[in-house]
Amino acid sequence: MSNNTDFLLALENVSVSFDGFKAVSDLNLYIEKGELRVIIGPNGAGKTTVLDLICGRTRLSSGSIKFNNREITRHSEQDIVKLGIGRKFQTPSIYEDLTVFENLEISFPRGRSVTGALFWKRTREITEQVHLTAQTIFLEKLLDSPAGLLSHGQKQWLEIGMLLIQDPELLMLDEPVAGMSVAERAKTAELLNVVIRNRSVIVIEHDMKFVESIAHRVTVLHQGKVLAEGRMDAIQANPEVREVYLGH
Amino acid sequence: MYEALTNDRKLELIGIAAIALLIVVALPLSLDIFRLNLIGKYLTYAFVAVGLVLCWGHTGILSLGQGVFFGLGGYCIAMYLKLEASTPEATSIQSTPGIPDFMDWNQLTALPFFWVPFKSLPLALTAVILVPTLIAFILGYALFKRRVGGVYFAIITQALAAVLTILIIGRQDFTGGINGITDLRTLMGWDIRTDSAKYILYFVCCFLLLGSMLLARQVVSSKLGRILIAVRDKEERVRFSGYDPAHFKIFVFCLASAIAAVGGAMFTLQVGFMSPSFIGIVPSIEMVILCAVGGRHSLIGAVAGALLVNWGKTLFSESFPELWLFAMGGLFIGVVLAFPRGLAGLFTDQLLPLFQRRLAVKQADPTTVPAE
Repeated sequence: MSNNTDFLLALENVSVSFDGFKAVSDLNLYIEKGELRVIIGPNGAGKTTVLDLICGRTRLSSGSIKFNNREITRHSEQDIVKLGIGRKFQTPSIYEDLTVFENLEISFPRGRSVTGALFWKRTREITEQVHLTAQTIFLEKLLDSPAGLLSHGQKQWLEIGMLLIQDPELLMLDEPVAGMSVAERAKTAELLNVVIRNRSVIVIEHDMKFVESIAHRVTVLHQGKVLAEGRMDAIQANPEVREVYLGH
Repeated sequence: MYEALTNDRKLELIGIAAIALLIVVALPLSLDIFRLNLIGKYLTYAFVAVGLVLCWGHTGILSLGQGVFFGLGGYCIAMYLKLEASTPEATSIQSTPGIPDFMDWNQLTALPFFWVPFKSLPLALTAVILVPTLIAFILGYALFKRRVGGVYFAIITQALAAVLTILIIGRQDFTGGINGITDLRTLMGWDIRTDSAKYILYFVCCFLLLGSMLLARQVVSSKLGRILIAVRDKEERVRFSGYDPAHFKIFVFCLASAIAAVGGAMFTLQVGFMSPSFIGIVPSIEMVILCAVGGRHSLIGAVAGALLVNWGKTLFSESFPELWLFAMGGLFIGVVLAFPRGLAGLFTDQLLPLFQRRLAVKQADPTTVPAE
């Protein structure tokens, strides 16, 4: 089916059901290299489930997921990460007992085996990379504080920084501005504009203003199916989309 | 903050030096050989506690079966010593001379095949480390790969402790049964029962313990140590940083078991026998309590806990033998309620800040005077 080898990520006929409830049914989704795709949809539409499927957290019932033309449906989470897919969770998911520096260092994509970690050397290259990333995410002054002491917004930034240093080819962001103040939101938009350079990104977001400011293409999910797909203005004009989502 | 962290590491080194001074210099100078031998016995439990700091304190894996690994290490060296004590001359009154006495009583006429390697000291010493590590690896691989953790893991290790005890007691022809392996005499012709041997074994035990502490410290301060904390904190997130948490959990569980096994071997050498009563469920839980009382996040705390609780146990049970288990239970509940981070937590969280504040006030005084 997917003869088109240009796609970075191709989900085809993907279905998943939890105890008979079809969270995602017969979904097709193609992401091109360098594309920024926003997924919107009402609660329970299956947005987060789609991300869970791609990153291997949930196993699909049927269908296929290909990344760079390689089937990844049976790969473990960490192997999918190693192939170049990064994921930011909805609630900030960082290591609270470690410092900001250590959080970033752990995310550096090297020394991931037991021996690699045991004989890990903190080289100048790594330290520089960590400092550079910390600057980008506005945390350069907090490198040595435990991540658990950061504010909610700072935790979100740290997690984005952890992905940045991981340097994935495909980045998936689940509601990156949820629970942020207006000022933090603006800063995050600025940050995301840096993050999305040179890679493909999938963003789930509810904040329509934010979506308008970043989106190239939008996919609307409804009840586990693709309801509409296209440019933002076309989506906003779509009567069906207005009915199930935007109208509310 | 960074300064505070390096201070913590410095503090830890000072703590290890203090422990070294205490066990290598102060105690041997002030105690007679009988008491010192008892301290040596307590220190063998400190090995287990050091292992528990790694796997429980740092990684969040609670094992209620560390007695198994302690015991396997102890049994491995006991088997060697028993074979050396069972020369044909020494056992000439048996119906089959040259095999351990309990085998003869159980009508065995030849040495079982798995006893044969223990005729060689290098093989026996290798087995002390290898056998427990292998068991830990198999258990860890089977469980952590399937993402079994938390309470379920604790229960399974507990079951392992029960299984091994039952196995040893049930096959007394191979293992010496409930009595264990007793009447151990010499190590390569060197009598381990004399006072001078006890001194030497005590110091060997001290140095091995200090070595284990430094090794554990090295592991904890590497990136691997930080990944262990990350696993304790948010295991699932670790996968999304590209690591397989199972591998790290297997590694730390094996390391903790190997360290416990060295303690077990030193126990056999110093106490002179090994029996199932040191490896079952109750001793395994006692080991966890030692670690909890001392502070499961701190190597120094865990060693101090092992010394203090065991010393308390000896003193207490000399006067009130019946009441010890109640006292121990009470101690555990008290510690968990009053200072959940153990003695080490009490020191670093309460006493040290108090001391530093005092110090800061004193230092601040002369500087404030000229300012006024």
